[in-house]
Amino acid sequence: MADDLLLDIKGLVIEATAYPPGEPPKEVTLVHGVDLQLQRGRVLGLIGESGAGKSTIGLSAMSYGRGGVRLTGGTIRLNGRDIRTAPPAALRALRGREVTYVSQSAAASFNPAKRLMEQVIETSLSHGLMGRAEAEARAVALFRKLGLPSPETIGRRYPHQVSGGQLQRVMTAMALCPKPDLVIFDEPTTALDVTTQIDVLAAIKEAIRDTQVAALYITHDLAVVAQVADDIMVLRHGRMVELGTTDQVINAPREDYTRALVSVRSLEHAEKPPAPPVLSIQNVTARYRGTNFDVLKNVSLDLPAGQTLAVVGESGSGKSTLARAITGLLPPRSGRITFAGRTLSNDMAGRSRDDLREIQMIYQMADTAMNPRQTVGTIIGRPLELYFGLKGAERDRRVQELLDQIEMGKGFAARYPAELSGGQKQRVCIARALAAKPKLIICDEVTSALDPLVADGILKLLLNLQAESQVAYLFITHDLATVRAISDKIAVMFKGAVVRYGQKSDVLAPPFDDYTDLLLSSVPEMELGWLERVIAHRRMVGAGN
Amino acid sequence: MHLIVRLLVQRVALGLLLLLAVSAVIFLGVEALPGDTAQAILGQSATPQALANLREKLGLNEPPLTRYFAWLGGILTGDLGKALTNGADIAQSIGQRLGNTLFLAGCAAAIAVPLAIILGLIAARYAGRWPDKVISGITLSTVSLPEFVAAYFVIYLLTQLIPVFQPVAMVFPGMGFWAKLHAVALPVIVLVLVVLAHMMRMTRAAILNVMQSAYIETAELKGLSPMAVVWRHAFPNAIAPVVSVVMLNLAYLVVGVVVVEVVFGYNALGQYLVDHVTKRDLPVVQAVGLIFAAVYIFLNMAADIIGILANPRLRHPK
Repeated sequence: MADDLLLDIKGLVIEATAYPPGEPPKEVTLVHGVDLQLQRGRVLGLIGESGAGKSTIGLSAMSYGRGGVRLTGGTIRLNGRDIRTAPPAALRALRGREVTYVSQSAAASFNPAKRLMEQVIETSLSHGLMGRAEAEARAVALFRKLGLPSPETIGRRYPHQVSGGQLQRVMTAMALCPKPDLVIFDEPTTALDVTTQIDVLAAIKEAIRDTQVAALYITHDLAVVAQVADDIMVLRHGRMVELGTTDQVINAPREDYTRALVSVRSLEHAEKPPAPPVLSIQNVTARYRGTNFDVLKNVSLDLPAGQTLAVVGESGSGKSTLARAITGLLPPRSGRITFAGRTLSNDMAGRSRDDLREIQMIYQMADTAMNPRQTVGTIIGRPLELYFGLKGAERDRRVQELLDQIEMGKGFAARYPAELSGGQKQRVCIARALAAKPKLIICDEVTSALDPLVADGILKLLLNLQAESQVAYLFITHDLATVRAISDKIAVMFKGAVVRYGQKSDVLAPPFDDYTDLLLSSVPEMELGWLERVIAHRRMVGAGN
Repeated sequence: MHLIVRLLVQRVALGLLLLLAVSAVIFLGVEALPGDTAQAILGQSATPQALANLREKLGLNEPPLTRYFAWLGGILTGDLGKALTNGADIAQSIGQRLGNTLFLAGCAAAIAVPLAIILGLIAARYAGRWPDKVISGITLSTVSLPEFVAAYFVIYLLTQLIPVFQPVAMVFPGMGFWAKLHAVALPVIVLVLVVLAHMMRMTRAAILNVMQSAYIETAELKGLSPMAVVWRHAFPNAIAPVVSVVMLNLAYLVVGVVVVEVVFGYNALGQYLVDHVTKRDLPVVQAVGLIFAAVYIFLNMAADIIGILANPRLRHPK
């Protein structure tokens, strides 16, 4: 069956030039001799954490190096010929024709100045594969197959006129339109809400099956890849860890690293009993200036001291707006917020120094939450100076204590944020929040940008710190696994309102309201056939209504 | 479409308001000068009686507000008053010269704008490689050359070494279009050299900025040729910054070319203004000043409007 071999990568070596701060540029090897074979019509999942080289390897199937990355060794045989060393004209002939690409962020990957149809059929026309009428007809058929609304006319829209989930499907249609042999899916559902992800995932899977196209499916989420891939390759630090059928990798992983990935979501946290609240939000309603609808509708929540209240919901549900209302950045139109026994002024300008000190925030993007030109010591030392007037040796000693608390040891105080890993950066942000000795820390998607194993470490750290200092967390997230792992109470938000609220054990136990049911059942489970089961169940329920 | 109509109406209204404000500033500026029109006509040695008579005749004893509105009303009806020095009707004198100015600016723009954009696209396509360096080097050296030096250089080259044009750009009413074109060839070349670099570099910078976007990678992964990527995917998203620089240069071509006019003896608005400034002919200065301000305001307004129209988010709201 040698004829069936579509992609045959042997000994692939990929290098890049790194520019570490304060040091001369140096050569780094991103991929160390990876072998990969893909038969026609098969789907291979590439999984690993960030830095594993999965996107880099995926793009090598188009002989493309992103941002100065160089494919320096090995062979990449596509349809029988080596494309690693092929000249630019030959590469242009195969890109968009034999191999196409679906990126993580369709919103950024579509040209904002052009209509969707123009972009979807562009390759089919520029490669001379079909005439305009034929290409448009095929695009409309693909839109329909992918379950897009009004497939006949959606192509006339501009990218900003359709939603993120729809755009991701249009991008899949764009990749399938020129009838390629291979599609590279690079985290196509990672940026989507969990309830949207499941539909897109199902649409992609069906499209792959119906068109008989081969695919490389790149993701960090093993539960997602288990739904679409025939085989899975686990990567780490640019090397292959394990390769096997999906069934084998999920149910009988051979390597320790794979086992750690499979079990990563097993962090458990025993719920604490109800207690009097430190933060009490009563009937808060808020809207942004210049708009005429409420983004928070009559929200009432209580958070006991030393406990964690998880606020879950999709993007646009008002979770982050709630944080802005609590901190006073967005003064509520009505309602009351009491904190540690006193009523907080709605507007931040009216709050005392202690009000500000006792509520701290940690953000999703640790990168942008720190001044890149300040050392870790300066960043953590700032609240110590501001709130407690600590100076000199005393401050440095306290900074080191905080660094020890976040398990980062000596030597980090002199470093700059750019010299830290993603997880370390988030730890520094936690230390900065702790420095103010707060009673409440608002955590806004603090683990969403991190790899699962690293995120697990952060969650464990947060739980330990809570046990030590009795700080309360308002934990904003869209990830239900994180909610299970950390919360005592849960509030489910939908379109600005709290639709379900209570102790964790009550919120996560049936009977569910419709939205919570949808949310919970959309979380991918590490189990073969989960996707089909959920979709079939929903169709059945839908038909029953 | 409500949003975009509202934005456009807003821009036009703002432009008109600004023009009104500028007219007031010009009027006040001239008002604040020591001496008045009567003094300027009769000179320092005039008798008080003669001054008083003339002031009465010119209506200068009216309050400033009345005179301002009289002036403004005159402008709106096409009456810019009479020049002090020769009593000629200002509107008539300006009319023909403005035509000459716009003809020269139009010819220069018709060459410079497309050329600058094409060179900018090529420079961006080959960023950091030799075509980019050659284009940047040449345009930078031409913009660094003072206009009169460039003018004499061009005159020497194209009238002495290769005698194809005459060194003086004489145009007169009744001249045919092609003859006129031939006459202004040299100043047009000089102006193109002067304005090219600014527009070219802005086009290049705007394109390179857009080239960082994820959708450019999408276009590259579609196997499009590099020039198609730049032209079809990068340029449509770089229009707004390019247009605003183009408009600034167009404004310069209308109001800032007096040196070139003098060198080539071209009878247009810049020379007319300078002549009358030296003679303290205030009504002319006021009128020409207002026209120049109007040109700036109008072109910048046009840049804003094109920027709005080029933005698909405003053109096609959700």
